[in-house]
Amino acid sequence: MIGKAFNFYYNGFRNMTWGRKLWRIILIKLFIMFAVLRLFFFPDLLKRDFNSDEERGSHVLEQMTQP
Amino acid sequence: MLESIDMSLVDWSRGQFALTAMFHWIFVPLTLGLSFIVAFMHSIYVRTGDEEWKRITKFWMKLFGINFAIGVSTGIILEFEFGTNWSNYSWFVGDIFGAPLAVEGILAFFLESTFIAIMFFGWNKVSKRFHLTASWLTAFGASLSAVWILVANAWMQHPVGTVFNPDLARNEMTSFWEVIFSQVAVNKFLHTISSSFLLASLFVIAISAWFLLRKREILFAKRSTVVASVFGVITAISTIVTGDSSARIVAREQPMKFAAMEALYEGQTHAPLVAIGVMRTDTTSYTDPQEEFIFKFEIPNALSYMVFLTPSGFIPGITDLVYGNKEQGIISYEEKVERGAVAIETLRELKRAKERGDEASYSALKKLFSDPVWLDTYYSNFGYGYYKNRNVTELIPNVKMNFYAFHVMVILGVHFLILTLLVLWLSLRMRWGEHKWLLWVALFTLPLPWIASQAGWILAEMGRQPWVVYELMPTLTAVSRLKPGAVQLTFWIFLLTFSALFIAEIKILTTQIKKGPEGK
Repeated sequence: MIGKAFNFYYNGFRNMTWGRKLWRIILIKLFIMFAVLRLFFFPDLLKRDFNSDEERGSHVLEQMTQP
Repeated sequence: MLESIDMSLVDWSRGQFALTAMFHWIFVPLTLGLSFIVAFMHSIYVRTGDEEWKRITKFWMKLFGINFAIGVSTGIILEFEFGTNWSNYSWFVGDIFGAPLAVEGILAFFLESTFIAIMFFGWNKVSKRFHLTASWLTAFGASLSAVWILVANAWMQHPVGTVFNPDLARNEMTSFWEVIFSQVAVNKFLHTISSSFLLASLFVIAISAWFLLRKREILFAKRSTVVASVFGVITAISTIVTGDSSARIVAREQPMKFAAMEALYEGQTHAPLVAIGVMRTDTTSYTDPQEEFIFKFEIPNALSYMVFLTPSGFIPGITDLVYGNKEQGIISYEEKVERGAVAIETLRELKRAKERGDEASYSALKKLFSDPVWLDTYYSNFGYGYYKNRNVTELIPNVKMNFYAFHVMVILGVHFLILTLLVLWLSLRMRWGEHKWLLWVALFTLPLPWIASQAGWILAEMGRQPWVVYELMPTLTAVSRLKPGAVQLTFWIFLLTFSALFIAEIKILTTQIKKGPEGK
């Protein structure tokens, strides 16, 4: 069953014609998104800067209530 | 309270989010709609065994695949932005956004990814019925994954089914079903899905018109047109009906957005509907409402009738909402600001009491956040409190932008209904293609559903301003305190990347369209 499914996908990808160009675009796009943008430009600030939900909550509360 | 926020940071963050969302929305509606049209064509092929229907299905499936491939994961960037640029907002909305997006991720991955592969690779490899099932499941999977993001957006427009946890500054879901089945969420889903199907129908009609104009693939083009025009008529009607109910919901839940989209400054009974109008560009204030229009054509009583199904219904104008109207029981923004400020001060006091270990004060203050009367009087106006000591007119959304977005959407919607009706009528009489000018009209209509769809989102999002979560969190407080330069840099990176992707999409699509269906 797993072998059949693997062959199905393997042959599908091998026999692609116009789809190859699309896969190149998808891979380049995913690389830019995850390896460049996510890694260097878009950290999850609250996860990065605080260790617990309480600390995160306290930080946001501070920002929301600062006079 | 908002003085410490750099406005250029807010503007760049909003611009970046708008750019990403609008780019993402170029692909989504076509994916949603075309998947169903392809599944329907595929069903006709399986039922009839007619090889021409197989060619038709494969051609539109190919265009669907290109659009899906270029568009896939452009929405993920929005989630990056939530965590980086809108961290206060992300935290504040809590599991309201997290849960639906997690469900969306799982559904999108398993349903779409698995069945799309079978849909594309399955020709002559799996049974016809299984292959067809994969096409339908791809279509349903796409719509199902759209449900969750629309539910989350609906909650931002009309927060229900949640309770605010003052310890964590976070909203917690109390009723999943109330969030999912709120009237705003249901209507938003139906309107968005209908308009997406309509967009895809007009796409198929336009491309088919191009083939007919070139006198190529006549049978293919005419058959595609019949299917698309049936979808088009049904979904144009559905889009208008759900749009109408959406307007009624907005009038009730977001009266300022409703007043802005009609540029109604003075509230009135027997309110007219502006069918077409041109607003002055040299006025920016609402101090002289009569002077706002250069020209307008109104339908008497229609606005009151649209909302209340009677012409005597009172529609509040912008001034009624800002300054209040005792006769109509509308409290002023000044009063709301005062109430909101009390809620913020209470939250601040609660935080201080907790920090100094004052259990008695802390418990007393916390109790307020579960008191229905206090919540209704003060917490429901929480966001207004940030505008204390500021000009309350800052709470008015951009009237011109909302007015034009709404009217462009409505005028185009009427055009789409007339066009699809005409195409269907002529197709059923075997006369579609005889009138060259109509084919040109169909072809030139190609970009218009995207304009209408984007206008709809501009209205939904700009009309809600200054709120990111309606009346609870202003956009200004939702933003992360980053350096504006950093946001600017990613804005330009996105613009470059998106432009490249868009050019690639258009280039690949046009190449494949020019080639036409294969296998004759």
